[in-house]
Amino acid sequence: MFGQASTDLRDDESLLDRGLIDSTGVLELVGFLERRYAISIDDRELVPDNLDSIARIVAFVEAKARAQVKDIAS
Amino acid sequence: MCGIAGTLSLSGHPVDPALVSRMGGALAHRGPDERGLHVDAEVGLAHTRLSIIDLVGGHQPMSLDAGRLWVTFNGEIFNYIELRDQLIGLGHRFTSRSDTEVILHLYDRYGPDCVTMMNGQWALAIWDSRRRRLFLSRDRMGVRPLFYAHLNGVKFSFASEVKALFQDADVPRALDLEALDQVFTFWSPLSPRTIFTGIHELSPGHSLIVEAGCVRTWCYWKPQYEPTKMGSSQTLSEELQALLVDATRIRLRADVPVGAYLSGGLDSSVTAALVKRFTTTPLRTFSVAFDDAELDESWYQRQMRDALLTDHESLRCSSSDIGRVFPDVIRHTETPVLRTAPAPLMLLSHLVSERGYKVVLTGEGADEVLGGYDIFKETKIRRFWAAQPQSLRRPLLLRRLYPYMPNMQAQPLPYLRAFFKVTERDLDDPFFSHLPRWELTSRLKCFYSDATRDRLGTYGAVDDLRSRLPAEYARWDTFSRAQYLEAAHLLPGYILSSQGDRMAMANAVEGRFPFLDHRVVEFSNALHPTMKMKVLTEKHLLKRAAQGLVPDVIVNREKQPYRAPDARSFLDSGQATPEYVEELLSEPRLRADGIFDPSAVQRLVAKIRGGRAIGVKDNMALVGILSTQLLIELFIRTSPDAHDSERGTAVRRGELFVRAGLN
Repeated sequence: MFGQASTDLRDDESLLDRGLIDSTGVLELVGFLERRYAISIDDRELVPDNLDSIARIVAFVEAKARAQVKDIAS
Repeated sequence: MCGIAGTLSLSGHPVDPALVSRMGGALAHRGPDERGLHVDAEVGLAHTRLSIIDLVGGHQPMSLDAGRLWVTFNGEIFNYIELRDQLIGLGHRFTSRSDTEVILHLYDRYGPDCVTMMNGQWALAIWDSRRRRLFLSRDRMGVRPLFYAHLNGVKFSFASEVKALFQDADVPRALDLEALDQVFTFWSPLSPRTIFTGIHELSPGHSLIVEAGCVRTWCYWKPQYEPTKMGSSQTLSEELQALLVDATRIRLRADVPVGAYLSGGLDSSVTAALVKRFTTTPLRTFSVAFDDAELDESWYQRQMRDALLTDHESLRCSSSDIGRVFPDVIRHTETPVLRTAPAPLMLLSHLVSERGYKVVLTGEGADEVLGGYDIFKETKIRRFWAAQPQSLRRPLLLRRLYPYMPNMQAQPLPYLRAFFKVTERDLDDPFFSHLPRWELTSRLKCFYSDATRDRLGTYGAVDDLRSRLPAEYARWDTFSRAQYLEAAHLLPGYILSSQGDRMAMANAVEGRFPFLDHRVVEFSNALHPTMKMKVLTEKHLLKRAAQGLVPDVIVNREKQPYRAPDARSFLDSGQATPEYVEELLSEPRLRADGIFDPSAVQRLVAKIRGGRAIGVKDNMALVGILSTQLLIELFIRTSPDAHDSERGTAVRRGELFVRAGLN
């Protein structure tokens, strides 16, 4: 996200509709989330329902992190 | 062949011969063999010649009847032999064997309509001294370039390249921001506009007259898409092959040896095979190879070399070669580009020229004319899917698109669906085929500075194009509309110019394109779209015509567009960044030039340097921004006067870049 387009993005706005995610954008996004939050994302999880807004990403990453903590704990 | 330039005084002020000479001098690379001038009080014509036909008799500017008519001409009239015979039959007498003299006689007899009789690629100017009329014309498809500047009531100047017009201090030098916005949407300005304010091009298929101080342009030919041609694939492919054989045959008319480019794809393979099979011309072929396996097509090139037994030479091009010559590339494109693909072609024409060749045949135009591009396939799949939007199977066809792009192939299907999804609004849009591409390209506009955004205001490039569509467009089917958009805009605006004429003529090499013979174009435009793309097989009829002419591995291969390494040619962790890149993308320079937002550009540069998965958009953005910055450096910042003694430091820096380039 380079220019002004990113400055007024609402949490629930679609990244696809705003043109912020292009054909490599989703791969970049996944790479970033995996590195930053030490989670691993399965191919089947790569759907707009999980990743197509800030709010959805937050919810998705939180759920993944909780699941992984549970995995480690059990 | 050649470069042309000239100026007509509209003020009564006599023409300055030194200016006309400088204008010709700026085009010396296009015609290193000879330079000619004709200057009187009212008009000045310049010509730099690359001698190809009638080496002894074809000097220019050439006159008829001791100066009644004068012509300065760049290009070829391929049917000049037939036209000459006809004119001789009508009583015309010729003093040379050149096609240039044919133009003079043809104009003398038929006036401006004469160009409709010509089969060729031309940019020409005729000074009709009795009528005191200047006539300009450009070929149907826009193979040869022609620019002009009309300073109302003062003068009208024209030239093959903008740099010749800029020899005149009266011609303003400024970037046209709306034209830049068009580049950042369609890849090129919308003709007749150019990236420079006040400089226009004569559009393909147009002629122009300056008479009594008034300028009038008109269209003498335009593509029409009416599927009137019926017949089986077999009979139509035979007809196509016969046309291509003749289009190739007349393009071999030259008094110098003719070479051919072999990309490894179907189109250039067909062209080269036609030369080999249907003419006695000895064939020498040239191609580009890349280190990057994703871009390299050497294996296919070798298949063709072995099949045709040609004397073949390949130029290996690295990303650092591209970074090195890019300033010189932009000095020749004279417009921003979003891909580096022109660069290897400039290096290739250098090799061709070193080998003593002045003319090459290529397969250019086949994708536009006979339906080869993936965008046509994409359009068809999106239409098919939109007819049953709930279908789970139809969007699976999206996997058939862009097989050569690993990023695209790695996309999860839900995302592919999202990228190519069709809304009801899109279905009715006249730009159905091209909106996804233009929307992707338009994302580059997020790099504009606030000042650029303010100056552009509510300007919309897509709406601008919408208002210029020909009336017939609404009648055409989706496939034909997509073809028209490619043939009328991207082909002349980028492929034939930035990637074609300019890269070849930078080294005095002339390209000739059998697929752009207007008889081939008119034949194809009269075909039903299914003859071009049958289900999802592109160039169906051409593939049929090519059977037995080129090896099956070439006919049946997956289409791969010609591409070159983009961003990593400039910013690669493994190699030093060229000095000009550092400077032109530096914060102070970006701020001073004012077009782009420095911090956004810095983030892009950091991302590319970091090697983080960069896609089409990042590559286009870097090349677009860098080429725009180079254009400002080389054409706007330089002093308008070309006298060395009067040049500023900026000019010297510009020249340094160029020296650091090819030489």
